[in-house]
Amino acid sequence: MKAETEAAITVSKKKYDVNKIREDFPILKKKVHGKNLVYLDNAATTQKPTYVIDKVNEYYTTMNANIHRGVHALSQEATEAFEGARIQVKQFINALGKNQIIFTRGTTEAINLVASSYGRANVKEGDEIIISHMEHHSNIVPWQLLCKEKNAKLRVIPVNDDGELIYEEFEKLVNERTKFISIVYVSNSLGTINPVKDIINYAHQFNIPVLVDAAQAVNHLTVDVQDLDCDFLAFSGHKIYGPTGIGVLYGKVELLEAMPPYQGGGDMISKVTFEETTYNELPHKFEAGTPDIAGAIGLGAAIEYVTKVGIDNIKEHERILLEYATQKIAQVPGLRIIGTAKEKTSVLSFVLENIHPHDIGTFLDFEGVAIRTGHHCTQPLMKRFNIPATSRASFAMYNTKEEVDVLVSGLKKIIEVFG
Amino acid sequence: MNQELRELYQQVILDHNKSPRNFRKMENATQFAEGYNPLCGDHIDIFLLIEDGIVKDVSFKGEGCAISKASASLMTSLLKGKTKEEAEKLFEKFHALVTGKLGDNPDIDELGKLAVFAGVQEFPVRVKCASLAWHTMMNALHNKDAKATTE
Repeated sequence: MKAETEAAITVSKKKYDVNKIREDFPILKKKVHGKNLVYLDNAATTQKPTYVIDKVNEYYTTMNANIHRGVHALSQEATEAFEGARIQVKQFINALGKNQIIFTRGTTEAINLVASSYGRANVKEGDEIIISHMEHHSNIVPWQLLCKEKNAKLRVIPVNDDGELIYEEFEKLVNERTKFISIVYVSNSLGTINPVKDIINYAHQFNIPVLVDAAQAVNHLTVDVQDLDCDFLAFSGHKIYGPTGIGVLYGKVELLEAMPPYQGGGDMISKVTFEETTYNELPHKFEAGTPDIAGAIGLGAAIEYVTKVGIDNIKEHERILLEYATQKIAQVPGLRIIGTAKEKTSVLSFVLENIHPHDIGTFLDFEGVAIRTGHHCTQPLMKRFNIPATSRASFAMYNTKEEVDVLVSGLKKIIEVFG
Repeated sequence: MNQELRELYQQVILDHNKSPRNFRKMENATQFAEGYNPLCGDHIDIFLLIEDGIVKDVSFKGEGCAISKASASLMTSLLKGKTKEEAEKLFEKFHALVTGKLGDNPDIDELGKLAVFAGVQEFPVRVKCASLAWHTMMNALHNKDAKATTE
C-alpha cells in the first residue's frame, strides 16, 4: 500500500514541481473550444488526481459491498476501507477520536445536521445565533430556518471594505442570549481568512459553542481541531481534490453524545422495537442509511495525496500565485478587486467597469479559462459591496503563472470588444 | 474573436448594452413587474403604460449582463404601439428563437430586429439572460403580482 502510494504520487516534498503535479490530474490535458483548459474555478470544486480516481475505481472493481452488516469477505473489506478513511480524516484534522468524525454528503449537510439536532434541542425563543456577513448561503439558511421555528434571532458580524470581519463588533454582539456561533473559516467569495481561533476563545469564555465552516480552508491551510478548540467543524471532500457527495462533520464527543439523532434509519440504531429504539454509538448514530462508501474512500485517498504534496507546500505555491495574479490583474484597466484582506487564500474576486461578470465568463470560456461568475451563494455579501455579482478566479496546487497570463490577456481582449 | 462568440455578441447587442433605450423608471405606469434570475442575482423592473389595449409606453430598470440588457432594450423599442395580442405574439416568436425551436433557418424577415439574438441558442446557459425581460414583460402585461423568475 505504502509503495503503491509513493509510485502514484509523483511529487517530492523537497521541491515543488508544478508540472509534475499537473501530470497527476488527467483532466488538465483537456481542450476547451480548441484551447488548453485553464481551470480557475477551484473554490467551486477542485479537480481529482489519478490517485483518487483509481481508488474509487478500485473500490467498485474489487470490494463493493455494503458495510457494517455482512459477514462475508467483501463486506468486511469494504467496512475496513470505509473505516480506514475515517481514521485518515481524524488524523488529517487532528481529532482525538475517530468517533468524532461523521461522514455527511458535504459541508451543507453537516451544518444542517448541527442546526437541526443541536439547534432544535438547545435554542429557545428569544435566543440568539451569531453568523457573519460573509457566510455562504449554506451557513445562513439552516440557522434562519431554526430561528424561524424557535422564534430566535440571527445576529450578523459586519464586514469592512477590505472584506474582513470587524472583530470588535463580534464581541459586542455576544450576550447572555447568544446560544451558538457558526462562522466561516475562509470566505468562498473573497478568500478572507477569519480569526476563528480568537472567536472561539472569546465564545468559550461564555460557554458558547462554535461551528467552523472549513469548506474553503482544509485545502489551503493546516486545520487542527484541537488547536482551534472548535466545537464543530464541517468540510466537503470535493473541495480538497476528493469526490463530490462526501463531507465531514467533526464534533466534540460530549456535544455529539447529548444530541438527538438527525435522521433515522439503518446503521444508526443498536436495537429497534415498535415501542422503542436505542441508538448506535458515535459516529454511527448520525450516519443513517448506506453512506457514500466509495466517496469516503476517495476522500481518504485525496487526504493522502494532499498530505504527500504537503499542505504547507501547497500554501506557499498558492501564495506566490496569488501575489503574481494580484499584480498582473491590476494592469487591466477599470478592474477592481473585491476582497483585499491582509490574510487571504488564493481567491481573486473582481469586477470590471461596465462589463457584467456573465459576459466575462462567456468570453473567458472561449479562451479555455474556467472561472466562476455570479453571487457565489453569498448574496448578502454582494449586497454589502453594492454589486450584483463578481468574477472569481481561484487557484489550486496545479495552477501556474502562465495560466494567470492567459486569464489577464483574456480580460484585456474583452475590454477591447466592449470598448 | 471566435465565430460563435461573434454571433452571440453582435454589434447591435453591444450597442444596446452600452446605451440601453427606454432605461428609466416610469412614474405613470399602469402595469409593473419585477423579474429575477436566481442563477446570477440579476433583476429587472418592467414598466408598461397601457391605454385601450395598446402599449403606449414601456421602460425598464435593473441590472444584468450585456445579453439581458440588450434584450430588454430592444424589446422596449419593439413593443411601443403594439396591442397586447401583438406583444404576446412577439414574445412567443422571441422565445422560440432563443430556445432553438425555429430550427436552423429561421425566417429573418419575420423576426426583424430580434434576429440578432439567434446566436443565443448556441449558449444554453445564456437563454435565461435573453428571456428575463420578456418573461417579466408578460407578467406585467397580465398584471401578475408574482415575481417573474427564469427558474
